[in-house]
Amino acid sequence: MIPEIGAFAASLALALSLAQGVMGLTASRRDSRAQATAATAQAAAAMCIVAFGCLITVFVQSDFTVAVVAANSHVDKPLIYKIAGAWGNHEGSMLLWCTVSALFGAILASTRGQQSLGLWSRAVGVQGLVTVGALTYTLFLSAPFARLDPAPMVGAGLNPLLQDPALVAHPPLLYLGYVGLSVPFSLAIAALIQGRADQAWARALRPWTLAAWMFLTIGISIGSYWAYYELGWGGWWFWDPVENASFMPWLVAAALVHSAIVTERRGSLAGWTILLAIIGFGLAILGTFLVRSGVLTSVHAFAIDPERGVAMLFLLFLALGVGFGMYAWRAPKLAQPTGFAAISRESMLVWNNFGLAIAAGVVLVGTLYPLIVEALGGGLISVGPPFFNATVAPLLAVLFLILPLGPMLTWRVGDLRAALTKLAPAAALALITLVTALALSSWRAVPAIGLAIGVWLIAGGLIYLWTRIERGEGRVLTKLAVLPLAVWSMSVAHIGAGVLTIGAIAETGFRSERAVALSPGESVDFAGRRLTLLEVGQTEGPNYSSTRANFRVERGRDAWPLSAERRFFTTSPMPTTEVGILSGLDGDLYVALGEAVRDTPGAWSVRLYHNPLVHFIFAGALMMALGGILSLIALSRRRKVMA
Amino acid sequence: MRRRDQRLMMIAAAGAVLVLAATLTFVGLRDSVVYFVAPSELAEKAQAGQQLRLGGLVLEGTVRRGDDGAMRFTVTDGATNVEVRYDGLLPDLFREGQGVVIEGTWIPGQAFEAERVLAKHDETYMPREVAEALKQRGEWKGDGAP
Repeated sequence: MIPEIGAFAASLALALSLAQGVMGLTASRRDSRAQATAATAQAAAAMCIVAFGCLITVFVQSDFTVAVVAANSHVDKPLIYKIAGAWGNHEGSMLLWCTVSALFGAILASTRGQQSLGLWSRAVGVQGLVTVGALTYTLFLSAPFARLDPAPMVGAGLNPLLQDPALVAHPPLLYLGYVGLSVPFSLAIAALIQGRADQAWARALRPWTLAAWMFLTIGISIGSYWAYYELGWGGWWFWDPVENASFMPWLVAAALVHSAIVTERRGSLAGWTILLAIIGFGLAILGTFLVRSGVLTSVHAFAIDPERGVAMLFLLFLALGVGFGMYAWRAPKLAQPTGFAAISRESMLVWNNFGLAIAAGVVLVGTLYPLIVEALGGGLISVGPPFFNATVAPLLAVLFLILPLGPMLTWRVGDLRAALTKLAPAAALALITLVTALALSSWRAVPAIGLAIGVWLIAGGLIYLWTRIERGEGRVLTKLAVLPLAVWSMSVAHIGAGVLTIGAIAETGFRSERAVALSPGESVDFAGRRLTLLEVGQTEGPNYSSTRANFRVERGRDAWPLSAERRFFTTSPMPTTEVGILSGLDGDLYVALGEAVRDTPGAWSVRLYHNPLVHFIFAGALMMALGGILSLIALSRRRKVMA
Repeated sequence: MRRRDQRLMMIAAAGAVLVLAATLTFVGLRDSVVYFVAPSELAEKAQAGQQLRLGGLVLEGTVRRGDDGAMRFTVTDGATNVEVRYDGLLPDLFREGQGVVIEGTWIPGQAFEAERVLAKHDETYMPREVAEALKQRGEWKGDGAP
């Protein structure tokens, strides 16, 4: 019964979203129809939530008459993974996409702010049509509630590798980010329909862009950390097509976050902001397509179904076609931008956008190149980390070199010399880092330059904070307290970019690795630590049995316990490796348990890695996300003050 | 500076960055592209020491640890067998009789030196390149097999 309720609710949501689209787009100066649009959007969201709730319920009940549950769940699975299993597969994740889209539509409908009635109702309408597209695809090509006859007794089980806390958070957060970009798209199309993109419009756009970017940042970070501690997934980042699929919208969202500031504060760049919003949503759909269609070989192996892939490409071309078409037709009508000088806050933000957009373009070319070559009959190729490291890294390096200048310049006309003078200590620190790193790494230029750029970003961010603190009156604490939240958010995010850079460079450039065979009681010295294997034993988990090795790690007078496991699931023939990670100030000790050594009884093969400053990567990414959150709080406070 | 000069300067700088990005992309695509080969094509297509991706099935009963501590196994496409050496822990989804993609270099007369063994998130998944190679060899046993 519950699956039928879910399917019925989803169909109702489709009808309601269609109504939301039609009413929103035709509402004109009539408050009543706009009000009805908002109510319809809320009803559509409620129906989607009911449908997704039904899907979670059948997963929790292990109702194997439902095909998705039978293929992806198992009676023995812990409850949290039964729930997460609802979005750990194609059908469920598409239904989640629809639910988030409808939910955002309802939120958009309930927060009009200072937007004109026409603009607001049209944005809600376009968002309704986005939901219609997603729901049509989900209901007719994914069929999440399809029944199975005869039903199996236990279910095929979730892939054991996916039974991980990260599965609970990673996909929904990424989807919040992807689908979050549909709202800027809807607002952009609405602005093009109205032929007006003013500062009030940009004010409505900014929180959505920030939220989408922040969700993407956290979602990608969790995925990156998951890939880092899951052995054999290539580490925290290795330019897998699916990683790129989330990185491209992230880059464009980052550009959009910045260009929306210019449009809101100065009224300029409105056309560019609209274009970015359209491209950002296009890349979000492309991301879903690349992940879900299987056209690119990737570690994320999901269902290969040509029909689904083609339908998703159709939706992509529909969104981009409508977007670009409307842009070409209506953008010339938008108000002319107010001017700014070559050295100004605006121009620096233009450079930021330019750099991020080009980086996204290069990643796009590298990701799609194998498809193009194959279509032209050039054989099967892959474009891997060497390409992206050689292209994206220099571009980001140039971008990061000018980044600290931006906040130091004023709007309209900036004073470059004054900014550079203030930043001189940061430049000096960066130079010292460069020379020291060169000398210590036996003249390896690339990591040294990377570390220097990271230091430049952090020091530059701190100097900016200091200049803003100095401007206040009273004692330092009072000055700190009155500092606007927007200053904090920007500084935290920019310093986070520096921290992330240092972590990424240190991990890539200076990691070390060693394979040993250890019997209980034996020790090995590695990366300034002494690792002793204490014992290897068998333990039982809820639906797996495991071989567990306990270690002692000593460094100077300190000692820590550490354990690594190999798990054998009842539903899968393959063991999974649970690595042991011991985080220290200088980085992680990463221990993976191999198999028993054949020739030496009692000995186990153990692989050790030292990943220097790897926690900087995740800390930096979280700082960037925190910057986004602070900025969101600042925006909502300001909205309250103005209301 | 006059406004027009400023605008010209910005356009020139933007052009320079674009040219830089385009050059990097083209040079990168020329030099860092990794070709995919099946075991039968290795001898004919591969240049010694060139970075390659080798795809095929792990031959049953060939996975063992060599005297040097590195893993050794044989990859096959049904026609040709290639010996692979990998100094590292094999990923969780590596299994005998299963499809695998190996990135590394090859020198005639020696084992294929693997730098990375690509693991998939799903054990039922066959890398697309492997499926293509097996289809060409008539070894395909998955969907659409005769």
